[in-house]
Amino acid sequence: MDWKQALFDFSPFWKQSGTVAAAFWATIRLSAMTGVLSLIVGTLLVAMRVSPTPVLRAAGTLYVNTLRNTPLTLVLLFCSLGLSDTLQFRLSQTSTVNYYWLAVFGFSAYTAAFVCEALRSGINTVPFGQAEAARAIGLTFTQSLRLVVLPQAFRAVIAPLGSVMIAMIKNSTVVLVASYIEASAQMKQMFEEFGATLPIFLGFAVGFMLLTLPTGFLFGWAAKRWAVLR
Amino acid sequence: MTAAVTAVKEGRLRRPKKAKASVLYDAPGPRARLRNNMLTLGSLVVVLGIAYVIIAKLDEEGQFAGRLWEPFIQADTWVNFIIPGLQGTLVAAAVAAVLAIAFGVLFGIGRLSDHSWIRVPSGAVVEFFRAIPLLLLIFFIFSGPSTIANAFNREIPTITTFTALVIALMLYNGSVLAEIFRAGIRSVPKGQSEAAYAIGLRKSGVMRLILVPQATTAMMPAIISQLVVLLKDSALGWIIAYEDLLNSGYRLIPAQYGNLIPAAIVITIIYVAINMVLSYLAIWLERRSRRARRSSAVPLDAGIGAPPAPGMAVTGRATGEIGGAAR
Repeated sequence: MDWKQALFDFSPFWKQSGTVAAAFWATIRLSAMTGVLSLIVGTLLVAMRVSPTPVLRAAGTLYVNTLRNTPLTLVLLFCSLGLSDTLQFRLSQTSTVNYYWLAVFGFSAYTAAFVCEALRSGINTVPFGQAEAARAIGLTFTQSLRLVVLPQAFRAVIAPLGSVMIAMIKNSTVVLVASYIEASAQMKQMFEEFGATLPIFLGFAVGFMLLTLPTGFLFGWAAKRWAVLR
Repeated sequence: MTAAVTAVKEGRLRRPKKAKASVLYDAPGPRARLRNNMLTLGSLVVVLGIAYVIIAKLDEEGQFAGRLWEPFIQADTWVNFIIPGLQGTLVAAAVAAVLAIAFGVLFGIGRLSDHSWIRVPSGAVVEFFRAIPLLLLIFFIFSGPSTIANAFNREIPTITTFTALVIALMLYNGSVLAEIFRAGIRSVPKGQSEAAYAIGLRKSGVMRLILVPQATTAMMPAIISQLVVLLKDSALGWIIAYEDLLNSGYRLIPAQYGNLIPAAIVITIIYVAINMVLSYLAIWLERRSRRARRSSAVPLDAGIGAPPAPGMAVTGRATGEIGGAAR
């Protein structure tokens, strides 16, 4: 290999354009499914963490603190080696489908903890006086939630939620350890086939930037557009 | 005065905690208290039910057999596997943390420079490393340099898994820290630097004597929560076979004793304990730096854990735990 190949040769991408596209499509599928599921689970968790019921609060806190402080690598390894191989917990009979859903399961469980914290920080930005004023003018519980608290909380939550989603897209590379083939596994495979050259790395880096930067700008724009002025 | 009342007054017995009002709901009256108690009972049943199902399943698979757990009460396991692994994790995290902070200071201040030939490249570096997944960086740093050196017919010393992990952690977390430093310095009220210029300090003096000391207090919680992220990310070393806690606890121990599930539980507890201690340090520091802020910088977010996204500023939004009550 000469130095031109090592520094400027992007041809491996043309040779394997199909598999690279398939790998990024796999990343997108995984991220989209995880995004939806983690939003649902995260919302349930935040409902638990702010509920007036101490048992639910404690369970929510335990879940969030455990998952948030465990490395994602460990969570995903636990899903593939522990749940699937040791405990025979299968989500599908087909091996590839099983690995996809196991990856989604572990990855959503992990991301949901961060979604929960982002949502909770949004609720906490609503000043106490807003709720007191809502009660003072005679709004009921649901009315004050619907008309005063949640509209402000949702707006405050856009920016942190965007951060969580972007971190999620980048973290999706870690599902490599749960035997699901996506972009990082494809890059590793190309490193082995063509050698670890700069163009291959840059190509995948740009591929991820095409996913993360628009997401970031979208959430940033939305957060500014609907910011609550105080 | 009865004994109980005296006890409460002296602070020996705590008063039963009354449910307080929050943003979401008012302080409960008698009916709401009854309803809450019913809910508590119901949810207790559900939570215990879920716990029972998990434990029953584990028991059915024989995961509570003594022989699987026994290794963890023997000194050998700790001396030969867990402690060396923990050492690997902590050393990698500590070295990477120091380097990342240095990197962050350099590029954070670089992005605030008045000279565009410093500001623009610093910004490009920070945004690039923040936008790409850490794992790609680890792979490339691990095998890229030797490939490129070979292409130039040069030999370079082989890059160890430790070096690759530490450098990748430095570049990624350093870039996030650079944004934190930048936000911290910018959060110092403008009057501070104006006053400093007015008494005749130069640019470097304003930065060194006025802005950085005040920003440090404000940044501390955010820095520590980023270090928690760094420590967690060091577990990615598993993928390039670096000898860390995850590798020794989850590969070597189960290989020897066949106890994958117990091993996972034990090392999860270790990771959670270390990170919780660090997180509480961050919360404590934030609370501490909250005292006087009339003319000082506002503490940055101690974090929902997620690094700030590319294309978005690091916000000074209060954390969940403390934000609500203190505002």
